[in-house]
Amino acid sequence: MVMESNISLDLSHTDLGYSGRVVLRDVSLTIQTGEIVCLLGPNGVGKTTLFKTILGFIKPLAGMITIGGTDISRFSPKDFARLVAYVPQLHHSPFPYTVRDVVLFGRTVHLDLFASPGKKDRDIADSCLELLKITHLAERAFSELSGGERQMVIIARALTQEARFIILDEPTSNLDYGNQVRIIRKIGELRKQSVGILMATHTPDHAFMIGSKVVVIDQGSLFCCGKPDTTLTPDTLRQIYGVEVQVFDTPHNGICSRKVCAPVMESDSDNFFQHKTIR
Amino acid sequence: MKGLSLIVVCLLVLAVVALFSMGTGRYPVSFADLLTWITTGQCRDENLPIILVNIRLPRLVGAIAAGGALAMSGAAYQGMFRNPMVSPDILGVSSGAGFGAALAILLSLPVAGIQVFSFAGGITAVLISVSISKTIGRNHDSVLVLVLSGIIISSLFGALLSMLKYIADPDDKLPAITYWLMGSLANIRMSDLMVILPMLFVGSIPLMLVSWRLNVLSFGEDEARSLGVHTGWMRALVILCATLMSASIISITGIIGWVGLMVPHLARFAAGPNHRLLLPTSFLFGAIFMLLVDTLARSVVSVEIPIGIITAILGAPFFIWFLKKSSQKSW
Repeated sequence: MVMESNISLDLSHTDLGYSGRVVLRDVSLTIQTGEIVCLLGPNGVGKTTLFKTILGFIKPLAGMITIGGTDISRFSPKDFARLVAYVPQLHHSPFPYTVRDVVLFGRTVHLDLFASPGKKDRDIADSCLELLKITHLAERAFSELSGGERQMVIIARALTQEARFIILDEPTSNLDYGNQVRIIRKIGELRKQSVGILMATHTPDHAFMIGSKVVVIDQGSLFCCGKPDTTLTPDTLRQIYGVEVQVFDTPHNGICSRKVCAPVMESDSDNFFQHKTIR
Repeated sequence: MKGLSLIVVCLLVLAVVALFSMGTGRYPVSFADLLTWITTGQCRDENLPIILVNIRLPRLVGAIAAGGALAMSGAAYQGMFRNPMVSPDILGVSSGAGFGAALAILLSLPVAGIQVFSFAGGITAVLISVSISKTIGRNHDSVLVLVLSGIIISSLFGALLSMLKYIADPDDKLPAITYWLMGSLANIRMSDLMVILPMLFVGSIPLMLVSWRLNVLSFGEDEARSLGVHTGWMRALVILCATLMSASIISITGIIGWVGLMVPHLARFAAGPNHRLLLPTSFLFGAIFMLLVDTLARSVVSVEIPIGIITAILGAPFFIWFLKKSSQKSW
């Protein structure tokens, strides 16, 4: 992928929602290329509304959303798709397209209206399959893959699109533990491709694992935002999710590599609070 | 190239079926005579060229055009509505076009008038179906709502059609409308084809050109948009072209159901879901299918069977089989 100058996607004092009903108020947020921003917040808080607005499916009620300084409403669908790729949560196609075709759909934005993909497009698609190590799936029917495989394919499609930003809506939902870790690792590696990533997740650990920044939304607005290590404290997590969570440093080869979350269970809460008072 | 060889095989099969169809009928034509006539233009029997050119050829071209256009528009509808269950009949195009054409017959309009009316009826019906399913279907299973809206619109236009039949002159207009509705290729004249064929080109060429985007559209509104497809324009284009194709066919043949639903499925087995190959394959499969059925319709018994009756008899068990299959496996 060609290294281009860094640009940013900015929301400034944006009100989001549907006609007459504000879901999120006064949201300001910046995503740089080469940065992974994790979006956390309880169910129904407006993450999907935020995504739909950034993707231009619904208009912001107030404020501006810009990419590289240009308001997103001024881009044509095609120009916009060259800047922002989308990895939705549910993928369903009623027809059994092959994985290679599905990945090639990402090239649509680089094609003329009446054209279909050529050799160069197929090469790009193949190299994206290679990058995610799913070349062996290329000839399989997309509709018959497992959830984790489908997610990989849709991420490959987003890469094939060669956009500067990729927006992922809970990429690990419905995946088993191994696939969750694999997907998160792959997303972490995408940072090197100098794309900016905005990813919604329900697992704070994801932010510790790959996030360069975390954005927490709650109570109809931006709750807090910053580096995962300093932002996702037990206090914050309790406030947004309403549960007690401890945050530890993991020892790794004698070095503290990163933080992990451990929810407090009913059975160990006695110990937990005792421990706290003794200290 | 898998795609190219499939198309070539289809064309060969179509050619063989066409020869067979030209030779079949009340006036027997031997294969040898037929070949001699085609290659040299010479013929021992002086009646033969008249029968072939004036009677069998328009019907042959009509069958190919009708089967091809109905199947191709069915494939386009299925892709765009991301729903393997839709077809011109189910979306209400057929009954809308039927109503339009019956109105034109009642008003004694010429062929061009019947076409304009049946196109207007078809596009009105499909637009009403789609807008009903959009208004109601927000929080429901959109496929189900679309199919149900189509059924509502079909029966509404069916009622309006009955109204027209009721007020039509029973000696003259009523039989004309009734036979027309049964669907038949028997009355196709070269002059009709001259009007229809350009319409089919106008409808099918844009569909072929945007076939790659039609693939992307079958992933749904939001995904297609995020992949850079101008979904509003693309949908309008596909609906217009597919409706133009099916409604112009309906305007000369009457209602021939099920072809637009069945044939795209069979074509998908052979060609896969990619519309670049699926659309032309559907056209050729539809042409072969219709030509076979029409040859059957005019040769099995001494009285010709309206072709719409045969396709419906074949279509009902097919749909049951398809429902069973799709409940076992997701497409």
